[in-house]
Amino acid sequence: MTETYTPEQSMKSGRYLDYGGQYLPEILLPEIKRVEAAYNKYKDDPDFLNEFHTLLREYAGRPSLLYYAKNMTEDLGGAQIYLKREDLNHTGAHKINNVIGQALIAKRMGKKRLIAETGAGQHGVATATIAALFGMECEIFMGKMDTDRQRLNVYRMELLGAKVHAVTSGSQVLKDAVNAALQNYAARSKDTFYVMGSAVGPHPFPAMVHDFQSVISKESKQQLQDVAGRLPDYVVACVGGGSNAIGSFAEYIEDPTVQLIGCEAAGKGVNTSKTAATMKLGSTGIFHGMKSRFLQNKDGQIDAVYSISAGLDYPGVGPEHVALMDSGRAQYVPITDDEAVNAFEYIAKEEGIIAAIESCHAVAEVQKLAPTLPKDKIIICTLSGRGDKDVASIAKYRGIELNED
Amino acid sequence: MSKLTAAFTKGKAFIPFIVAGDPDEDSTVSNIIAMAKAGADIIELGIPFSDPVADGPVIQEGDLRAFAGGITVDAVFDIVAKARKQVDTPFVFLTYANIPFKYGYDKFCARCAELGVNGLVIPDLPIEEQDEIRPFTQKYGLDLIMLITLNSGDRVPALAKKAEGFIYVVSSEGITGERDEFDARLSGLFNEIKKYTDVPAAIGFGIHTPEQAADLSRFADGIIVGSAIVDIAAKYKTAAAPEIGKYTEAMKAAIS
Repeated sequence: MTETYTPEQSMKSGRYLDYGGQYLPEILLPEIKRVEAAYNKYKDDPDFLNEFHTLLREYAGRPSLLYYAKNMTEDLGGAQIYLKREDLNHTGAHKINNVIGQALIAKRMGKKRLIAETGAGQHGVATATIAALFGMECEIFMGKMDTDRQRLNVYRMELLGAKVHAVTSGSQVLKDAVNAALQNYAARSKDTFYVMGSAVGPHPFPAMVHDFQSVISKESKQQLQDVAGRLPDYVVACVGGGSNAIGSFAEYIEDPTVQLIGCEAAGKGVNTSKTAATMKLGSTGIFHGMKSRFLQNKDGQIDAVYSISAGLDYPGVGPEHVALMDSGRAQYVPITDDEAVNAFEYIAKEEGIIAAIESCHAVAEVQKLAPTLPKDKIIICTLSGRGDKDVASIAKYRGIELNED
Repeated sequence: MSKLTAAFTKGKAFIPFIVAGDPDEDSTVSNIIAMAKAGADIIELGIPFSDPVADGPVIQEGDLRAFAGGITVDAVFDIVAKARKQVDTPFVFLTYANIPFKYGYDKFCARCAELGVNGLVIPDLPIEEQDEIRPFTQKYGLDLIMLITLNSGDRVPALAKKAEGFIYVVSSEGITGERDEFDARLSGLFNEIKKYTDVPAAIGFGIHTPEQAADLSRFADGIIVGSAIVDIAAKYKTAAAPEIGKYTEAMKAAIS
């Protein structure tokens, strides 16, 4: 399949080749149309953009650094490696970029209440943070499995004034949190805005997330131009739903010399059932408001998936990523738990950076890719978040029990 | 006239819903027969989906019991085939878009028509996305049931004009506290719908008692009941048929 994919038209129509759309119950459709109209009204509005960029700069701490990873580059002995440091943003991940954008739309729509789903808790923390800043009510939906394994983030959200619901339906992880958030949205859409955290869901959410996260690649393009005077050869990012990846790729999609690589969670391996490698193993389906690619059985029942990373533990992927794959514009590679954990330790020791286990799926790919390339090639790898939240579970993975009492 | 529309010509229609395969195939066949004998005008069968976001906890649990009993899409078709031998009542499937999509719209609709399923209710396939299945529902003579809610607002004319079979007016239970205002808004919605179509409009929104059914049938052409029946199925398990039959009879009597 080699249909050409151009983002601009797709973001307007909500159709990314055959993917995307608005597959939601009628009870939510009128509200989704209002969100779409509000987004179209404000996305190019100078006041909106001014407020968005001011908050990114003065509250989130942007621009994030593009850091030349000298030690990794020398150790791996191939391409030059630059790290796009989204982990240095306020709240410790790229999630804040999108939350600021969507919350500003919500405010302009007159909404008083923000709801969100969260897996690892990064998006929930970012949403709770902006709700606190804007003086809005906030409720976060999180699978019970995830509230148990990310207790620190639950408490963090509560400190910020949010109410956290532990979702006990289904497999009690991210997809079930999205289900619960959608149900709450249907009941409360009058005063509520659903801040979708990833590049998934019905149009206009994938377009909004692309738009608000594209600041990552707008900056990296300029930053690399400033230090190296050219485009990168590769951009590497991890993909769950695909928000940091779409933000990392966005400005390069129409630069054909830049290779785009998304790293998805293979869990225990793509030959096992304990995996979340949607691109490798999934097929086209309709779920969570979108036509996209999902891990599912032959009847179309959505699989319970697995990854060590709560943020990548999702059975689907954003529709634009599937269009990028089908058109041949981006490649997607599976990275196992083992490879990601090794990368977690590697980047900590080499560069003194404790990166999120999600981001370490991208680091693992860089470890494989860089040595195969000549020294004049440049890789940008996005570190989507910081890894403090993962320290305890990585220790456990290595058989070390940390006593936090 | 479509077989579903015709089911409304003898007075107010009663439309019970059960989850196919809850808790097993044979019980579902017995439950369907019991509902038909007790006077159900249309029987709505849920094909379980792993993530039924438009359903409340009672029906979600019914889906889980069906999965525990090993239900598959082909097994649901087997249930229909067995039941169809004994009852003539029209059937509609309620399921989520991914089920017919994955089965293949053409193949799915062909199988429905072959077994005497008369229509499809697909909550997550709104009017904006129905063009992808409509050629196949038309090819095989199935009605694609339109859902309209109290939130639909200025969408009502477009939805009503496209309606076929019957219209499924759905609302959430969350607002039943404001009973009087709710009634006024609902009867207003039915009046609005009637301006644009002759297709009958039934309501389903967590109706449990014969009194509620009688009350709502003042303006609705039919009453759809799901959770209350799935509750009976949960309670009586493989022996639910007589109880479901009794309940169906009482509800039908209340609106007749």
